Amino acid sequence: MSQATFRIWRSNGEGGAFQDYKTEVSEGMVVLDAVHKIQAEQAGDMAVRWNCKAGKCGSCSAEINGNPRLMCMTRLNELPMEEPVTVEPMHAFPLIKDLVTDVSWNYEVKKKIKKFKPRAPDAPDGTWRMQQVDVDRVQEFRKCIECYLCQDVCHVLREHDKHDVFIGPRFLVYTAALEMHPLDTENRLQELKDDHGVGYCNITTCCRQVCPEGITITENAIIPLKERVCDEYYDPLKKLFRMFTGK
Amino acid sequence: MPEYREYTYDVLIVGAGGAGLRAAIEAAASGVTVGVVTKSLLGKAHTVMAEGGVAAAMANVDDRDNWKVHFSDTMRGGQYLNNCRMAELHAREAPDRVRELESWGALFDRTKDGKILQRNFGGHRYPRLAHVGDRTGLEMIRTLQDHGIHQGMEVHMECTILTLLTSGGRITGAFGYDRERGHFMLWKAKAVVLCTGGIGRAFKISSNSWEYTGDGHSLAYHAGAELMDMEFVQFHPTGMVWPPSVAGILVTEGVRGEGGVLRNSEGRRFMFDDIPDLYKNQTADSEEEGWRYTQGDKNARRPPELLTRDHVARCINREVKAGRGSPHGGVFLDIAWIKQHIPTAEEHIKKKLPSMYHQFKQLADIDITKVPMEVGPTTHYMMGGVRVDGDTQMSTLPGLFAAGECAAGLHGANRLGGNSLSDLLVFGKRAGQYAAEFARAHSAESIDAAQIDAAAARSMEAFNRGAKGERPYQIQYDLQEKMQELVGIVRMESEMKQALEVIEKLHVREANVGIDGNRQYNNGWHTAMDLRHLLTVSEAITRAAILRQESRGAQFREDFQSKDPEWGKYNLVIKKTDSGMAVEKRPVPELPVELKQIVEEMK
Repeated sequence: MSQATFRIWRSNGEGGAFQDYKTEVSEGMVVLDAVHKIQAEQAGDMAVRWNCKAGKCGSCSAEINGNPRLMCMTRLNELPMEEPVTVEPMHAFPLIKDLVTDVSWNYEVKKKIKKFKPRAPDAPDGTWRMQQVDVDRVQEFRKCIECYLCQDVCHVLREHDKHDVFIGPRFLVYTAALEMHPLDTENRLQELKDDHGVGYCNITTCCRQVCPEGITITENAIIPLKERVCDEYYDPLKKLFRMFTGK
Repeated sequence: MPEYREYTYDVLIVGAGGAGLRAAIEAAASGVTVGVVTKSLLGKAHTVMAEGGVAAAMANVDDRDNWKVHFSDTMRGGQYLNNCRMAELHAREAPDRVRELESWGALFDRTKDGKILQRNFGGHRYPRLAHVGDRTGLEMIRTLQDHGIHQGMEVHMECTILTLLTSGGRITGAFGYDRERGHFMLWKAKAVVLCTGGIGRAFKISSNSWEYTGDGHSLAYHAGAELMDMEFVQFHPTGMVWPPSVAGILVTEGVRGEGGVLRNSEGRRFMFDDIPDLYKNQTADSEEEGWRYTQGDKNARRPPELLTRDHVARCINREVKAGRGSPHGGVFLDIAWIKQHIPTAEEHIKKKLPSMYHQFKQLADIDITKVPMEVGPTTHYMMGGVRVDGDTQMSTLPGLFAAGECAAGLHGANRLGGNSLSDLLVFGKRAGQYAAEFARAHSAESIDAAQIDAAAARSMEAFNRGAKGERPYQIQYDLQEKMQELVGIVRMESEMKQALEVIEKLHVREANVGIDGNRQYNNGWHTAMDLRHLLTVSEAITRAAILRQESRGAQFREDFQSKDPEWGKYNLVIKKTDSGMAVEKRPVPELPVELKQIVEEMK
């Protein structure tokens, strides 16, 4: 047992300030444990969103010492405990209270993406056949726990507030999972280009670096989508061909 | 009269885990209006934590499997206290429910010929669990969520139900609040489906998330519906035991399914020392045979590590109590040893058990491909719940339905791993279907305003007491501590009577809870509102466990250590009466001839 200081953002939605809390910490504790302890002992009404406390649900996203992390998967022994540990809410979404933000925008965005549309079944009993190698790459994207840390760190959303014209890394991964699904027959390229803003991403890989599931967001999901859009709409040869044939 | 926002639906679903979403999809597809209320954000429900897989006799890996084998495995696992109709429907319908997920975009791991791969699991005779590595629950909930959002249901995220509303002996809706802003909410509905999951937060060591405070059990009970089998709480044999802050987090049974073995501090595979008669014929004689089984040898029998969860949990408990445990009070679970058989064991383990690898690496600094894990029992699942009709899932209160963990019947005295995800799908669908039918057949009853007033006033009392009252967190900790100690894996009448006294005292403290601040996203208030549910289910568990004077399935009584055939004839039913909580014996419905025959054939 030793004492540590946590510098936690307190706000009722307008304004706000960091407040320091000292508490006892012990071996193996994660940031969420410390926040709970402070809540139980000193700040009963402090708002924090959490659920599984096992890194599987993606509810307890926050910025710890400035880094977007899951509070439940950040062990204190990886932080410099001689200094105060700062804990603040995600910046890319409107604040509700203390550490809790309004992430409902994400749910609206998802609804706008065309849903899965499978090809006709392969077998007479209505089932499909797929090889493991063909599902591997989509399974990587489907590991996503929707913590929205990738959205939080993306400068297009965070700094430039382009929530109206850019769906963010999470939903580019979601679109990639649909587009690369072995059974899917839908085409989402036109929306990707015009409405979902795939062009806004300038592949700085910030999202990939903060993904707690280790999904290779930029290289495996976003870049292939960009390539498909380029191929469809910006191929100079195709453009020439269209010019002459009028097709 | 409090201020509230009002919504009207034909069917209201409470809970958005696997069962809730499946019910909502079914109800919406039939053309009625559907509202879904969830305590968390959409897609975060406890289903995401299910790891091992979904049980369905598709026979993709072993063609000897069929619904009859699955049915008899489920009945045997439940020690024949199951609702046999539910066990039958579950075994028959699970394969279609799993294949349907694939048509909605789920991507399960594949066999070599491109079908859905199935793995071994405790108590299942053949490899039966469709899975995605060890994150099957996430795949399932995401599939249901992504399909469901296009079906026209309205989702109310981060809302809590305070009370169910009834008029004229029928359900009329629910009243609660929005956690984010603190507004009161009224949902009028002709039918309500409870899909609220379990009760794990009544115990200290638990694999369950914060949501598992027995809301559905308690709401149904207070609305006048019957509960059943509340004495049967499943302690999963393998939870993490170290570090303390993560104690209880689940270590999937899939580790043992992939060849992981349990050893005590002497290095002995102690599970070979105690194999129950019911499973003698199906269990391996040697370590070598057990290994062959995990690798798909059809002529081998399963290793004793894959016996039912109740039994494995008790064996671990016994080793620890006998002083043969691991340094932090568990036993060793070793998957790294398979490198003796598989040269590429390290990659193999990471591919088959990726979440487990990460969980131990990140939370305990342990590389499971190199060293054994330390594990011990953790509160995992509630077999008991709202008593429902096997076909329709309607409770004893007309218009109130329940599905998934908060309903009783399918699992009897003990659930087999993998049978909960299939339960959610099969009975979520049925509950949605029959709730929609009920809604179409009935007109809306008027709301009883007095019920709303009472619930709102009660919820506000804690603010009136403010700092003068007691904070809710300590009350919850004290309950968890005592339930673990007095009504845990090994039970005794004297201890459980003590638990009832504790619960009574905690009720008094709960009535004196004080909350700082206001209703906006106030975790203190949320915790205070959960307390009543936790205390209700704790009392139900304890009373039922005291009455059942035998050891069967998940219930182990130190003072009645053997199984008593006489007790095997009864389920215990819990009901609210004017004089408090009543427990009574109800005869287990007799098996129809054709099902009895199946059970006999498979013995």
